Amino acid sequence: MSITRSQIADIAHLARLALSEQEIPVYAESLSRVLGLVEQLQRADTAGVTPIAHPLPGQRQRLRPDEVTETDQHELYQRNAPQVQAGLYLVPRVIE
Amino acid sequence: MTELHLMTVAELSAALHAGRVSSVELTRALLARIERHDRALNAFISVDAESALAEAAAADARRHAGDAGPLTGVPIAHKDIFCTRGQKTTCGSRMLANFVSPYDATVVERLRAAGVVTLGKTNMDEFAMGSSNETSFFGPVRNPWDGARVPGGSSGGSAAAVAARLVPAATGTDTGGSIRQPAALCGVTGIKPTYGRVSRFGMIAFASSLDQGGVLAISAEDAALLLGAMAGFDERDSTSVELPVPDYTATLEQPLKGLKIGMLREFFAGLDPAIEQLIRAALALLHAQGAVVREVSLPNLPLSVPTYYVVAPAECSSNLARYDGVRYGHRCEQPRDLTDLYERSRGEGFGAEVKRRIMIGTYVLSAGYYDAYYLKAQQVRALIAADFERAFHEVDVVIGPTTPTTAFSLGAKSADPVTMYLSDIYTIGANLAGLPAMSVPCGLLEELPVGLQIIGPHFSEQKLLNIAHRYQCESDWHLRVPRGFG
Repeated sequence: MSITRSQIADIAHLARLALSEQEIPVYAESLSRVLGLVEQLQRADTAGVTPIAHPLPGQRQRLRPDEVTETDQHELYQRNAPQVQAGLYLVPRVIE
Repeated sequence: MTELHLMTVAELSAALHAGRVSSVELTRALLARIERHDRALNAFISVDAESALAEAAAADARRHAGDAGPLTGVPIAHKDIFCTRGQKTTCGSRMLANFVSPYDATVVERLRAAGVVTLGKTNMDEFAMGSSNETSFFGPVRNPWDGARVPGGSSGGSAAAVAARLVPAATGTDTGGSIRQPAALCGVTGIKPTYGRVSRFGMIAFASSLDQGGVLAISAEDAALLLGAMAGFDERDSTSVELPVPDYTATLEQPLKGLKIGMLREFFAGLDPAIEQLIRAALALLHAQGAVVREVSLPNLPLSVPTYYVVAPAECSSNLARYDGVRYGHRCEQPRDLTDLYERSRGEGFGAEVKRRIMIGTYVLSAGYYDAYYLKAQQVRALIAADFERAFHEVDVVIGPTTPTTAFSLGAKSADPVTMYLSDIYTIGANLAGLPAMSVPCGLLEELPVGLQIIGPHFSEQKLLNIAHRYQCESDWHLRVPRGFG
């Protein structure tokens, strides 16, 4: 399994990760190695096996009434924000 | 009286109850120990002496008022993955280096309610992704048994802090072995409960179908005391299980006569003979107490590591999408536009291993590859879970080593991710199947600890703690303290 540098650039963009020029070949090599390890899965006979996404069989997703249970704490939460103005999160201009 | 720092939680609980020591005295003594030893170990990311002493004073007041429980006034540390209100919660990452949590995790809240004092937050691999504690933004943790070696990971700070007796116990989390592997490499007792047993609310998410919180402590008895206070249903975690929590301490002494133990064949194939000898000696001790040992085979277990390195990165790539540089966390300087803001904030905020796992996850989930990787891994996961289920028709628990080697040297495996990933070869299976599992100290090899792993069926924590406790009644490996920390 070999991942090319251009594939790494595509994956990084999909994941919204800026990589330096030096990082790209390093990840191409290490992702290839990890996917090589993952190739072992092809050995397993999984015909007709139902996949599981969750380790507790039979557990169902709980639902709750659609009611407001949280109080407004935006000032507390926004203390961790990089940039806030008038209770709003600031980001670079999106629409020119 | 034994020196305070060498006492177990159970012994401290008794001393506090009898008035032989106050929580403030105890907290001061341990804070002084952290001050003295942690420069060398780097087991803590933050220590809040002021709040710890205030909590200790409150615990003492509660005791005077006649309102104390068994854990009131006992100081512990939390892995820095658990949110603590008003305090930094970094998850070992530059991304969250300045994040002050607005709320307490359920685990923290429950232990606070029991009167537990929080001394500080322990170091960890970044976002719990690592097996050596070398991926932390705050620098590696050193193993108290040998400062040139790793403590294991990702709960390496918690394991090192307990091993060095800076705290009697600490919380941890385990996604692929992150409680058991460092517990083994540092010579402490660790339990990863059944998936869904301990609330994940306020526990920063890595891989949501695998993550589970637990305890690292000196003894199984202490693990039972703390787990009892932490566990239980929480409506704020959608995977939390609605089952009552038994009194884990009530069944510790049960005799092991007739217990059926399965020796995991796949864990002994190719095992280092010196480690095998220690595991067999532990099995002999359990056999002498009446347990019956037989071999069991889980043929799909050798595929645990490749299965995990599809499932865990896939879930992490989704979970870590929330770090966008907008609402909290690191933001790059002078972003050109929104895409640049996302890409550079994440590129700068995450370390190399986290970026690698996000990219593996992104790749295996991307169009055209989903069936070959993700679906296939979910099917193999089902096969591994079925192997365990079959084994538990024959035996009560399965036993083997926790790790393939003792603690390795700093830097020895950091260049090659695959070599590092294989250090969790024995622990990942329990996470994939959602099973409770423990690591218990069972010997020393050239002055480095070895761990015995016990894995049981879903919600068999009582049984695991019972076996571990009975083993610890007949052995003293869990009471060995590394040189210089006695």
